[in-house]
Amino acid sequence: MAAVARRRIAGTLAHRAAILLYILVALFPLFWLLKVSVTPNPLLYSEGVRLWPSQTSFEHFAFVIRNSDFPLFFRNSLIVSLSTAVIVTIIAAGAGYAMSRFSFRGKLWLVGLLLVTQMFPLVMLIAPIFRMLTPLGLTNSLTGLVIVYSAFNVPFAVFLMQSFFDAIPKDLDDAAMIDGASRFQAFRQIIVPLTLPGMAATLGFVFTAAWSELLFALMLISRADASTFPVGLLSFVSKFGVNFGQMMAAGVLALIPALLFFLLIQRFLVQGLTAGAVKG
Amino acid sequence: MTAIGHTGIEPGRLPARRRWATRLEPYLYAAPAVILIATIMLVPLVIGISYAFRDIRLLNPFSGGFVGLDQFVKLASDDDFRLALGNTVFWTGTSVILQFTFGLILALLLNRPFAGRGIAQALVFLPWAVPSFLSGLDWAWLFNPVVGPIPHWLTGLGLMEEPFNILADPDLAMWGPIVANVWWGIPFFAITLLAALQSIPRDIYEAASIDGAGALERFRSITLPFLAPTIAITILLRTVWIANFADLIVVMTNGGPADRTQIVASYIFTTAFRRLDFGYASAIAMVLLALLMIYSLLLVALRQTLLNRS
Amino acid sequence: MATIDLEAVAKSFGPVHVLEPVDLQIRSGEFVVLVGPSGCGKSTLLRMIAGLEEASSGDIRIAGERVNEVPPKDRNIAMVFQSYALYPHMTVAQNMSYSLKLRKTAKERIAEAVKGAAETLGLSKLTERRPRALSGGQRQRVAMGRAIVRRPQAFLFDEPLSNLDARLREQMRAEIKKLHARLGATSIYVTHDQIEAMTLADRIVALDAGKIQQIGTPLDLYQRPANRFVAGFIGSPAMNFVSGTYRAAAAGRPVHLQADHAALPVPDLDRPDGHAVTVGIRPEHVLVEPGDAPGTIGCGVELVEPTGMGTIVHLRLGDVALKAYRPGYTEWTAGQRVHVRLPREHMHIFDEASGARIEPAGSGRSPGLSEWPAATKLD
Repeated sequence: MAAVARRRIAGTLAHRAAILLYILVALFPLFWLLKVSVTPNPLLYSEGVRLWPSQTSFEHFAFVIRNSDFPLFFRNSLIVSLSTAVIVTIIAAGAGYAMSRFSFRGKLWLVGLLLVTQMFPLVMLIAPIFRMLTPLGLTNSLTGLVIVYSAFNVPFAVFLMQSFFDAIPKDLDDAAMIDGASRFQAFRQIIVPLTLPGMAATLGFVFTAAWSELLFALMLISRADASTFPVGLLSFVSKFGVNFGQMMAAGVLALIPALLFFLLIQRFLVQGLTAGAVKG
Repeated sequence: MTAIGHTGIEPGRLPARRRWATRLEPYLYAAPAVILIATIMLVPLVIGISYAFRDIRLLNPFSGGFVGLDQFVKLASDDDFRLALGNTVFWTGTSVILQFTFGLILALLLNRPFAGRGIAQALVFLPWAVPSFLSGLDWAWLFNPVVGPIPHWLTGLGLMEEPFNILADPDLAMWGPIVANVWWGIPFFAITLLAALQSIPRDIYEAASIDGAGALERFRSITLPFLAPTIAITILLRTVWIANFADLIVVMTNGGPADRTQIVASYIFTTAFRRLDFGYASAIAMVLLALLMIYSLLLVALRQTLLNRS
Repeated sequence: MATIDLEAVAKSFGPVHVLEPVDLQIRSGEFVVLVGPSGCGKSTLLRMIAGLEEASSGDIRIAGERVNEVPPKDRNIAMVFQSYALYPHMTVAQNMSYSLKLRKTAKERIAEAVKGAAETLGLSKLTERRPRALSGGQRQRVAMGRAIVRRPQAFLFDEPLSNLDARLREQMRAEIKKLHARLGATSIYVTHDQIEAMTLADRIVALDAGKIQQIGTPLDLYQRPANRFVAGFIGSPAMNFVSGTYRAAAAGRPVHLQADHAALPVPDLDRPDGHAVTVGIRPEHVLVEPGDAPGTIGCGVELVEPTGMGTIVHLRLGDVALKAYRPGYTEWTAGQRVHVRLPREHMHIFDEASGARIEPAGSGRSPGLSEWPAATKLD
């Protein structure tokens, strides 16, 4: 019996140690970002591999916020990502509801359409989209980015919303309609309030995706005043490639909204991905 | 007993219109999504395919003519493309295998209840929330001997003679984006597999334990068969996705040094973005699309034969 | 309150017929129960009356008005769901008043109606709770309350009691009956439980495989089941069936049982010699006797199940299982040999091939729904 107990304790210890190792690996790069961003320039090289500098300062943050275009980039990214997230969630809620609640002839086509968009390389669209948007004045414009990002994110969001609607019994729609609601009233007054957590999760997914997008932003935006955070950060890196403290401070700032959203939605992650996970 | 009236349908167009409205309802809910996807994804896709057969260079106002298969002929003898193809296979294969292995281990670890599981889960999934460009930059900095600790650690372990940036070494550079990709992609696999694990009924494990199955045996005979469909579909989709995923490479190495990290997706982007040769970029993209479709079909066919055999 | 008339109402999905054409007239204030096994089409029929599903053909009339294209919200009917379908984000009071709010009823009227319904159903203290904080029985009451505040033209019930435990089900069954007596509302009630059908219904509609098998009062169905399906479905423990051959030429015109070739005395039938029949008899009509009296059949006792109120004795006759039900206790024990008598007057005879009821010759009764072909009189 003692041997069994000892083996069980050893197993538990190994389990906890493995979890701890994963946590360390997951957090270390982020920790390093933070560490360099608060290290004063003179200490950057002399204390290069120390885990925490002997002195900290927020001078890099101050510089980035005051003397660069980052507040502007931040604002642009926030506008683009929030608008995309809201538009996609509303549109996907409609389509997801249709897929969850109706059986109609076009349903198979709709699923096919959504799946196809998940399969082909998006880089394939860079050139045609650029050519399509230029005459409409939608290059170098946040509106153009919002439209493009919305389209890219709708398919996955539809599957996600469908899985959330599927979790709500159809009897509730029926009960509401018997109670005197139209289909749309039932959707708005009964089903949507019950799907709010799912909508928040979708909002978070889409926000994060839009906040991270780089290639289309690089291609479609060339003016600094319409740059999003990724584009701004990248041009900053190539321009001031020597000032690591400032770059990492900017990186930490870029991380904040994404992490906030992640913490908001993380408890829906496993639940939400159970049904229709296709894309990260 | 109520008298029954005549069975004819009441005059007027109201019933017909109502019936029509009911039929139309699902389409109204789905219409915005369909319109958006069709105009911003399908139309450009078709245009993109047409570009592959035309000479479209943004800097050349006389371009735009139909060139037939010229782009593809040129592609056949393009050494850069061949190099990129090889790099794509290495990049995709290595990334997927490592992400899957570490993701599966993590999912199994998290599937066991323990105090603080919620917070541990939030922390290990954190990298997934990091924007991909930022994850690329972050790892580029970690590999940089000036501010990053990794070269110093590797030197300390005796794996490196002196701290240098592996991103600048043609033979090692690809490992930089791969490490960043694995770090960033583990959570996706872990989340998907964890969701699948949690849908396995508990009592099956209990029954197996009572029947005397050890931990390894339980994993082999219960967990793996239950996970197999999820694993298959996740690996398929993830392979396609990673093969198309150029962000990390564009950010970390931009295809260098000496094109040793150039994958097909980043090559398409470079061709379109820097050389503004849309025709050629579209031709490459079409080849990539064809290859990925062949890969997917092969995998699906393989799965079908395996299913039929068992 | 209103009449509900169905004329040739049918439902099919492509080539699959879920429900064959149904004709049914429901009187104002009548309580009609649709009963049948799962998948028989009873819920589909109810949902078509509610407007939640479209009828493929036929006419549905509520209070004489054709409503096929009328959306559920304008049909002015209430429905109680098996899952209760309470709105989880609303309180009990909000759940009950939602329909009145949609109809823009005045606030005071709503409050009054909700208060009245809550009192009737014993929910007065729970009106501010959410459904999550209620027991199964309380949720069921809220679902009923939501229906009655509306004063609708008709009530539809879709297996409202099947999620409750046996005791609560019995109690709610009685309450539904009392409520109906008080409100006198036209009600259509779907269930797979024949006891609910028997106790609640003014008229029962028995359905199987998308077809109406019989329409009648509970006693009609119990005493004169139109076919084997209804005979086996109504009554508990279920009716016994034995197969045999009608011997019109033999003395006493018995049925020769396939089981042990015993000659079973049956009522005279208008059927030729050699006609294959099924003899049905309810367990409560099977008499078990100790002695080998004439006209009895020897059986072995397989199992004795005391239920408290009575005893079910499982018997075996060749390869046929028979059940007998006796009130109170019996002295029979498993393994014993006994003799059973199957009284002729309690027998139900069915055509072996079609399952339709065969009325005894000269009973003067029309075949009704059992519909055997107009007499092929041979003797």
